[in-house]
Amino acid sequence: MKKSFLSVALAVAATLPLASHAASITLYNAQHEQVVNQLAKDFEQQTGIGVNIRSGEGPALAAQLVAEGSKTPADVYFTENSPELMLLEEKGLLAPVQGATLSVVPGRYSSPGGQWVGVTARENVLAYNTTKVQAPQLPQSLFDLAKPEWKGKVGIAPSDADFLPLVDAVVAAKGEAATLAWLKGLKANAQIFDDDEGVVAAVNRGGVATGIINNYYWDRLHAEIGDSKTRSAVAHFAGGDVGALVNVSGAAVMKAAHNPDGAQKFLAYLVSERAQKLMAQGHISFEYPLHPGVASDPINKPFDQLRPPSLTIQQLGDDSQAGKLLREAGLL
Amino acid sequence: MSEAITTAPATQAPTGRAPNPGARSRRSTPRALLAAALAGPLLVLLPLALTFRRALSFGFADAADLLFRPLVGELLVNTLTITVSATLAAAVLGTAVAWFVERTDVPGRRVFALLAAAPLAMPAFVTSYAWVSLSLDLQDFCGAFIVITSAYFPLVYLPVAAALRGLDPALEETARSLGCNRWSTFARVVLPQLRPALLGSMLLVALGVLSEFGAFQLLRFRTFTTEIYAEYRTSFDGGGASLLACVLIVLCLVCLAFEFRVRGRARYERVDRGTRRAAVRHALGRWRWPVAAGFVALNAATLGVPLGMIGYWLTQPGAAAITPADVSPELLFSTTFASLRLGLAAAVVTTLLALPLAYLLVRYPGRLATLLERTTFVAQGVPGLVIALAIVSLAVRALMPLYQGTTLLIVAYAILFLPLALVSVRAALLQAQQRLEETARALGLGWFETLRRVVLPLAGPGLGAAAAMVFIAVVTELNATLLLSPIGTHTLATQVWTDTSTLAFAAAAPYAALLTALSLAASGLLFTFAGKSALAAHSAAPPDGS
Repeated sequence: MKKSFLSVALAVAATLPLASHAASITLYNAQHEQVVNQLAKDFEQQTGIGVNIRSGEGPALAAQLVAEGSKTPADVYFTENSPELMLLEEKGLLAPVQGATLSVVPGRYSSPGGQWVGVTARENVLAYNTTKVQAPQLPQSLFDLAKPEWKGKVGIAPSDADFLPLVDAVVAAKGEAATLAWLKGLKANAQIFDDDEGVVAAVNRGGVATGIINNYYWDRLHAEIGDSKTRSAVAHFAGGDVGALVNVSGAAVMKAAHNPDGAQKFLAYLVSERAQKLMAQGHISFEYPLHPGVASDPINKPFDQLRPPSLTIQQLGDDSQAGKLLREAGLL
Repeated sequence: MSEAITTAPATQAPTGRAPNPGARSRRSTPRALLAAALAGPLLVLLPLALTFRRALSFGFADAADLLFRPLVGELLVNTLTITVSATLAAAVLGTAVAWFVERTDVPGRRVFALLAAAPLAMPAFVTSYAWVSLSLDLQDFCGAFIVITSAYFPLVYLPVAAALRGLDPALEETARSLGCNRWSTFARVVLPQLRPALLGSMLLVALGVLSEFGAFQLLRFRTFTTEIYAEYRTSFDGGGASLLACVLIVLCLVCLAFEFRVRGRARYERVDRGTRRAAVRHALGRWRWPVAAGFVALNAATLGVPLGMIGYWLTQPGAAAITPADVSPELLFSTTFASLRLGLAAAVVTTLLALPLAYLLVRYPGRLATLLERTTFVAQGVPGLVIALAIVSLAVRALMPLYQGTTLLIVAYAILFLPLALVSVRAALLQAQQRLEETARALGLGWFETLRRVVLPLAGPGLGAAAAMVFIAVVTELNATLLLSPIGTHTLATQVWTDTSTLAFAAAAPYAALLTALSLAASGLLFTFAGKSALAAHSAAPPDGS
C-alpha cells in the first residue's frame, strides 16, 4: 500500500511543470486579482518579463512570507495594507526600492526607510443607510460614534486589516487613554462584522444604520448592485478628523528575490502613468492612484480635496499597538 | 505486509477454526501493516506538533494576556454552545431523516434519500451568503445554528441510514412481540443499535463545527476559529493564532474522549447469520403527506435557498462590465479541470492512506489502533489555515523541492481529510467478513492476491464512498489551496473566493454553479456507494476483544 501511495504521488509529481523560465518574476499578491491580472499581462507585453501570480489574503500571505524567510520563491509582494509591508521591513525581508521608483510617488505614502513604495490609496469613510439616517444627522468626528446616541447604529469590522491603521491613527493623534475610551464606547455601540465587505453590505441592507469602512468597499458594492438597489451613501469626516485617514497599498521587492532586476522593473511599472491609469479606470478596485498626474474614478471625491489627518506612515507603525488596545477594549 | 505470513503465530494459520473475537486481538500485528498504518497519523501529527511548538515560543506574559481576556470567555461560550447544539440538532435531524427514508412508506422517499445527502456538496460560504441575503434576523446564533445544522446533518444521515438498512429486523420483531410499542421499540432497541454510527458521525460534526470558518464569518458569529483568523489578520506572524489553535486542539481531545467513553464496549451483532432480510416498513397512515411536506420544506431550506441564490446571480446582467477578464470559457474549463484533477488525486491518495489504518482497526483492534485512529481526528478540529501554514514552515525547512508543487498539496489535503476517508473505509472493511479472507489464504492465495481478489471487491463501494467524500471536501477547500498550490493554479473554489472578496457575486456565480454541480455529482456517487455498502454497517464498532 505504501508502494502504491508513493507511485501515485510520483505519477502526480511528474505531471506538474516545475520551475518557470528565467525571464519571469513571481508575485505574491494580496491586491485585487482581477486588477493585478490585467497589470501583469500589460507588463509582460511591455517588457517581455512574465509574471507568475500567487493570490491570497494579505495576512495569510504575509505570514507565509515570514515562514518562508530567505527561501521564499517570491520576488515581489503587492498588498492593500502598508502594516504588512512595515512588518516585513522590520523582519529584514525586503530589499531597497530604486530611487527613481520612489520619487514618482509623494514621499509620505512610501516606506520611510525606502523598502517599499506606495502604489494606491483609499480613504476611511462612514457609509450610511439613506433610509435610516439623513446626512445632517451624521457625526462630524469619528469620536462621536462612541457616544451613547449611536448605540446599535454603528457597524465596524475590528479584525479587518483596514481597521487597525485607524486605531493606530487615533493613538497617534489622541494618545492611548483616549483611544481606549473611544474603543470601549464603540464596543458598547457597535455591531461587529468580520470584514468591511460585511459592514457595507449590512449598511446597504439596512441591517445597521452606519458603518466605518474604506471608501472603495461602497464603490464596489454600488458598481455591483447598481443604482436601483443602492440604499446607502458615503460621508467623509471633515476638517482633518482622524476618521478621514488615508490608507496606502504598496509593493516591495523581496531581499531573497531570484530576479531582482525584473522585480524592480515591476515596481517601476506599478507607479508608472500607464499602470496607474489602468488601475484608476479599471472600474474594479476604485482606489486613488498615487501618481500625481493620474485622476481617480469619478465616483470618488477627488484626491486633492480629501482632508486626511496629518500623520506619517511611521507614526502609524505596524499595528501591534492597535491589536493590544482592541483586545483591552474587548473588541478582539 | 509480506512479513505477516512468516511471522504470524500458528493459531492464526488456516486451521479452519471459527474465528473468535477473543483470539483475534491477541494476534501480534504484522510489522509492515503497522508501519503502513502509522504513515497517516504521523503525517497528521507533524503540523500539529509544529503548531504546538509555535505556541510554546510565545512569551508567558503575552500568552496570559492573550488567553485571559474577556473575549476568550465569550468565545468559549459561543464555541461550546454552537458545537453542542448543532451536533445534537444534526443528530436528531439526521436520524429522523434516515428513519423516515429507510423505515416508512413516506411518498417520494427514494428522491428524498438522495437529496438529503446533497447539502454536503454546498460550500458553506455560498449557503451562509444566501441565508444572510434572505433575512437580516438570521445573523448571530440563530443563523449560525440553521446554516451549520443544515450543512452538517448529512454526515449523520448517511451512516445512520446505512446502519438502519443493515439492522437485524429480528431484534425489533422480538421487541414488538414482547409487548413494546413502536416508540419504545425505537428508543430501547433500534436507537442503542445505531449508537456506533450515530456517535462516530456526531464526532465528525462536532469537530467540523469547531473548525468551521466560512459560515460563521458571514453570519457574524465569533468562535475560536474566526478569532484565529482575526489573529492572523492583526499580528501576521501567527504566535497568538497558534496558541488559540492549541485551545481548539484541547477541545478536540475533549470531544474525542467523550465519544470514546460513551461508545463503550457494547457489541453490535446480528442474531441471524444467514442471508439478509429487509426490515418491514411502517405505514405512516394519515401522517404520510405531512411528513412528505416536511421533507420538501427541508430540501427547500438546505438546497433551494443556496441554489436559488446562485441562480439569481447567474441571471444578473452587468457582470461582464465589472470583471472584464475573468469569466471566459477557457478559464471556466481550466478551473474545472484543476478542481477535478486535484480532487481525484487527493481522493485516491487519502483513501489509500486510510486503508492500512482501517485494516489495522478492524482486524487488530486494541489500544494502539484506537490511539492511531483518534490522532487523525485531531486535525479535523483545527482550522485549515493553521495546518496549511504549519505545512509551509515544514516544507521550506525540509522539503524545499516539493514546496508549492502538486505532490505536497495532495499530501496537505490527505492530512486535512484523512478522518473522512477513514470512517468510510473502516465501515467497508468491517463488512468484508474475515472468514472469506481466511478461506482465500487457506486456499493458497498470497496476501496481495487476497487483497485484490477478496478484500477490495467486498470493500469496494465503501472505498468509493470514502473517495467521493474526500473529493467533495477537496474541491471546496480554500486555505491549503491558496497557500500551497503550484503557482498559477486556479480552482473553482479559489475563483469564487476571488470574486466574492471584491463583492462581484455575479462574476462568482458561474464558478459557484460549476463547483456545486461537481460536488453534487460526487455526492450522488457517494450516495450510490453508501447504499451498496450498507450491507453490514451494523457492526460499525467491532467487539473490543473482551
